[in-house]
Amino acid sequence: MRVEDREKQWRLLMLSANGGDAAAYRNLLLELTPALRAFARRGVARAGAALADAEDIVQETLLAVHLKRQTWDEEAPLSPWLFAIARHKLIDALRRRGRRIELSIDDFAESLPSAEAGSDSIVSDVKRHLEGLPPGQRKVVSCIAVEGVSIDEAASRLSMTNGAVRVALHRGLAALAAKFRSVES
Amino acid sequence: MKTSELINAISEDREMPLAPGRALCLALLPGLAIAIALFSARLGLRPHFMSLLADPRFSLKLLVCYLLAALAGLFVLRLFRPGGSWRGAVLLLALPPALLGVGVIVELFVVSPADWERTMIGHNAMFCLKSIPLLGVAPLIAILVALRNGAPERPAVAGAGAGLFAGAIGAALYASHCPDDSPLFVAVWYPIAIAFLTALGAVLGARLLRW
Repeated sequence: MRVEDREKQWRLLMLSANGGDAAAYRNLLLELTPALRAFARRGVARAGAALADAEDIVQETLLAVHLKRQTWDEEAPLSPWLFAIARHKLIDALRRRGRRIELSIDDFAESLPSAEAGSDSIVSDVKRHLEGLPPGQRKVVSCIAVEGVSIDEAASRLSMTNGAVRVALHRGLAALAAKFRSVES
Repeated sequence: MKTSELINAISEDREMPLAPGRALCLALLPGLAIAIALFSARLGLRPHFMSLLADPRFSLKLLVCYLLAALAGLFVLRLFRPGGSWRGAVLLLALPPALLGVGVIVELFVVSPADWERTMIGHNAMFCLKSIPLLGVAPLIAILVALRNGAPERPAVAGAGAGLFAGAIGAALYASHCPDDSPLFVAVWYPIAIAFLTALGAVLGARLLRW
């Protein structure tokens, strides 16, 4: 798929997602992930960091894309916004790991994602941060994440109200993103 | 946790954060209210405010301050969004100082050189230096709070933008009180006061606006 088509498709999905279409949003995240993964891997390789770190950076970037999605201007193209976030998170992560590099978005924005195997391996950061969340948030986030259930389903499984699950999920994700940030080494 | 599992969790979260414009307005309301209350309690409008609007020096002073506040506000709105270009907004920010510069040149022709220094020092320069930052503190906090909702690529720049906006708000309020209208006075003292808030904003932003 050409870069322009990709952009058009992402934009449409994001617009539907902002209009409340949850399936479109899920699709978008699944579509973005390989591109973000290619971006993170190239950045990590350039900085001479361990390739295993790339997936942590992808997850951190996905969280940031989600929690900051209101900052995308619907009139503007999606890719520059997306890769600005990816670049910010990549540099931040590398800096925390004690490396300083300069990256230009132009190096990456045109690169098409490569579908690679082994990309979904279990990684450490999110798992560790998840364990540091308050029990309520942790239960809700892991139930929905690992079992892949909906909010309603999670509410009945955990015998919580729908609203409580919704709030715990949002707070849990925000807390996860904050935990990534607070790791200073 | 696998990335696909994280996506499960993310896509179930329907909580949409406030849009940048709304976040900024909502935060600014209490910030501005505090600044205006402080202004009314400690400073107050100049006597004969309405009739003074006909005075070119007074109206230029107000125009420069309000224009700076408006353009700095636009600049701050840009800073919420990653990947957007904010360089155009920075160029626009040169407009109010340029306007003031024209005022200074005209003033230098109109006022005799013997009076330049007296006009520049004015009546209460120290009060100006204190009042503008004081009036700008609550708006600065409000703008920083709003910007935490955004995703500024450079937290220190975003903080500086917040400080500039807050300084311009403080200056716009103070300008309606201060009896010194000469562009010579405004061009010397207002920028020092605004620069102080800008620097404070940059320092705070570097710490508070990371995301």
